[in-house]
Amino acid sequence: MSAESRTIELRSSPHIRAGLSTDAIMLNVVYALVPVCLFAVAAFGLSAALMLAVAAGSCLLTERLMCRMGRQPSTLGDYSALVTGLLLGLTLPPGFPLWMTALGGFVSIALGKALFGGLGHNVFNPALVGRAFLQAAFPAAITEWTPAFITGRLTTCIPSTLAFPFMKAPSIDAYVANAGIDGWSGATPLMIMKFRFGSEAFDAITTQGLFLGSVAGSLGETCALLILIGGAYLIARRMMDWRIPVGMLGGAFALSSVFYLMDTSRYPTPFFMLFSGGLMLGAVFMATDMVTSPTTTAGTWVYSIVIGLFTVIIRLKGGLPEGVMYAILLGNALTPLINNVTQPRIYGAKRETKAEG
Amino acid sequence: MLLSSLRGNKTFSHGIHPPENKEATEGQSIRRLPFAPVLIVPLSQHTGAPAKPIVRAGQEVVRGEPIAEAAGFVSVPMHAPATGVVERVGLARDARGDMSPAIVIRPYPAASQHILYGAEVDIESLSREELIRAVQATGVVGLGGAAFPTHVKLSLPEGKSVDTIIVNGCECEPYLTTDHRVMIETPEDIYKGARIVMRAMGAQRVIVAVETNKPDAAERLCASLPTGQPFSVEVCETKYPQGAEKMLIKALVNREVPSGGLPLDVGTAVFNVATLAQIGNLLPKRQGLIERVVTVTGPGVRKPGNYLMALGTPLRFVLNECGYRGDNVTQIILGGPMMGTAVASPDIPVTKGVTGILVLTKEDLPGVDGRKVYACIRCGTCVRSCPMHLNPSELGLLARKREYAEMVDRYHLMDCFECGCCSYVCPSNIPLVQYFRIAKAVSRKRKANA
Repeated sequence: MSAESRTIELRSSPHIRAGLSTDAIMLNVVYALVPVCLFAVAAFGLSAALMLAVAAGSCLLTERLMCRMGRQPSTLGDYSALVTGLLLGLTLPPGFPLWMTALGGFVSIALGKALFGGLGHNVFNPALVGRAFLQAAFPAAITEWTPAFITGRLTTCIPSTLAFPFMKAPSIDAYVANAGIDGWSGATPLMIMKFRFGSEAFDAITTQGLFLGSVAGSLGETCALLILIGGAYLIARRMMDWRIPVGMLGGAFALSSVFYLMDTSRYPTPFFMLFSGGLMLGAVFMATDMVTSPTTTAGTWVYSIVIGLFTVIIRLKGGLPEGVMYAILLGNALTPLINNVTQPRIYGAKRETKAEG
Repeated sequence: MLLSSLRGNKTFSHGIHPPENKEATEGQSIRRLPFAPVLIVPLSQHTGAPAKPIVRAGQEVVRGEPIAEAAGFVSVPMHAPATGVVERVGLARDARGDMSPAIVIRPYPAASQHILYGAEVDIESLSREELIRAVQATGVVGLGGAAFPTHVKLSLPEGKSVDTIIVNGCECEPYLTTDHRVMIETPEDIYKGARIVMRAMGAQRVIVAVETNKPDAAERLCASLPTGQPFSVEVCETKYPQGAEKMLIKALVNREVPSGGLPLDVGTAVFNVATLAQIGNLLPKRQGLIERVVTVTGPGVRKPGNYLMALGTPLRFVLNECGYRGDNVTQIILGGPMMGTAVASPDIPVTKGVTGILVLTKEDLPGVDGRKVYACIRCGTCVRSCPMHLNPSELGLLARKREYAEMVDRYHLMDCFECGCCSYVCPSNIPLVQYFRIAKAVSRKRKANA
């Protein structure tokens, strides 16, 4: 054997590959989330920074632990656990206790992903599995809201953030009052819409405020503008399917328009619907999770529109003020079925041929 | 789809746009390579039965003389690529790494190398059957890489007819420029060949298809269109795999070859431009196929170009003539980078189906080496790239579980023609096409055993 024949490699075609790789996609999702995270810290202060760090850290640790338990090579390098951690943190209210956040991160990765077989095999969006768990386990803590841009937020934590595990969290009322805010109702725009429709507080909510993020809400959901910028970046880099945010927002807009036109005195405008709560964050960063959304083009449309419709129905007709999380989880559950019925017609297939089985 | 029709380019849906890398050779005229000291002519350079040798070791042969005859209908004869002496008839290394029967000829260095055999014939006087026999006698096979005997394609089964002949000048594989140069330099031969196959098949029209990245070729073809013939030139979008016959038929005449069927099931036949150029050149002179144009390119050679070379020229000789670097070479590929075959050694001959020799070096293997394979994240990029509209993602997941029957029955595995689009785009670097090759081989075997 000559030296030359030892260096010649045999591979099967194709011998070239496009540049995009899975870790690059995930890392770019992290980049797209950076402005949203920075805004969360700006709006909600030190607590937000700690929560994001704990959520991400908890997810990464759990991922490492699960790989080790399964005797698999570490999958931290694909950055998907980091994405899950950040997304989980961004869906939680500002004063959410850190120990609960850490628990949520564990559930996201362990129950939401590792149990199914790891990246690519999970049925539900892991971050939303974690959040659904927290909502069921800690219904009080997860509906405790703090106003945005409160004074002193960058130097002191919201008291409930540092609550001890299984201890009653200190009330945030004194903290809010200290900051010089009177009459804080502790409600997000969606809660005001749901429970005090037509009140002064409801009329005070402007679309501009919702768009720019001056309102109360979960860490990362308040500023629609930055979320859209992040989404535009990913779409421009072809790392996100534009059909999903378009379908989901379009579906929500269309159905809420119908309600609004039926009775303007009972239902909010479609613009309020679009920019309030977690719809934007869900449409751009949650429903677009590749693993849990359909692979076919037709299926993608069905999936995203269904989620949009469900969100509006839950918000307007359900018991909860917010419906994005359950709508997306429901969409995730439908994904295998949607995939199944939207398989593309292959080139040269006979028209009457139906897939068997 | 809408956008492309606005641009006036015909195409199919899905497909990919890999970097073309044709700049190094597309502007270079075809140059003739000298004869190698030894030419190795494998008896099986085509699909079908290997040819039967009709020469013995020690016998002198004249360039163009038949040295092996067709062994049955799906087989073609071989002709001596040079005047010289038959060194031996026996086994030689082939592109797959196996030993297979070949005729080894040592060309006479001082011979004039005139092609002696050939007597002009008027093709218009030949009947359809005579034309088909004459095509077989030239030894021409599909020169676009498939190496399927052309005369077999010309013979229509009972009850079938073909109205449209498509002449494939797309050359959608990156790096390759042989068809491009043939279209520029010998468009008349292409049209002569097109006329022959049109008559042999009883077709009504001929469409020559060129991609938008070869405007000079399209111009030359239009300028040399024969008058009074039902010939036309169409420009297709530059997209891989535009040159796959099913994609081309869809793009040009909007017909779909039925699953498991052939182009003639929808009244079409597709021929590569180089194939027709050879038929147009050789058949009227009753000559045989003894040489072809090959693109030798890639960062592993210093003098990339389009070379006319005798069939049987060893790769090593070709590479040395083209400034083979030898160092740092990681892959030698016969054909293009999407569907070509990597070979283990340069000590194999150029055969009829070789369109290009691509020499890649370590630094030029973008994203193949050292790239981690991740789990399928169901991003659907492969689904949106598959020209057959299959679901490679689902097929890949099934392949991992060895659910081969399910892949065939429900996800149309057998319609995959291994173009490589799915593997090319996969961000998780999953070797999808390789999985499918294995799955197909196993399924065929099971079917045969059943």
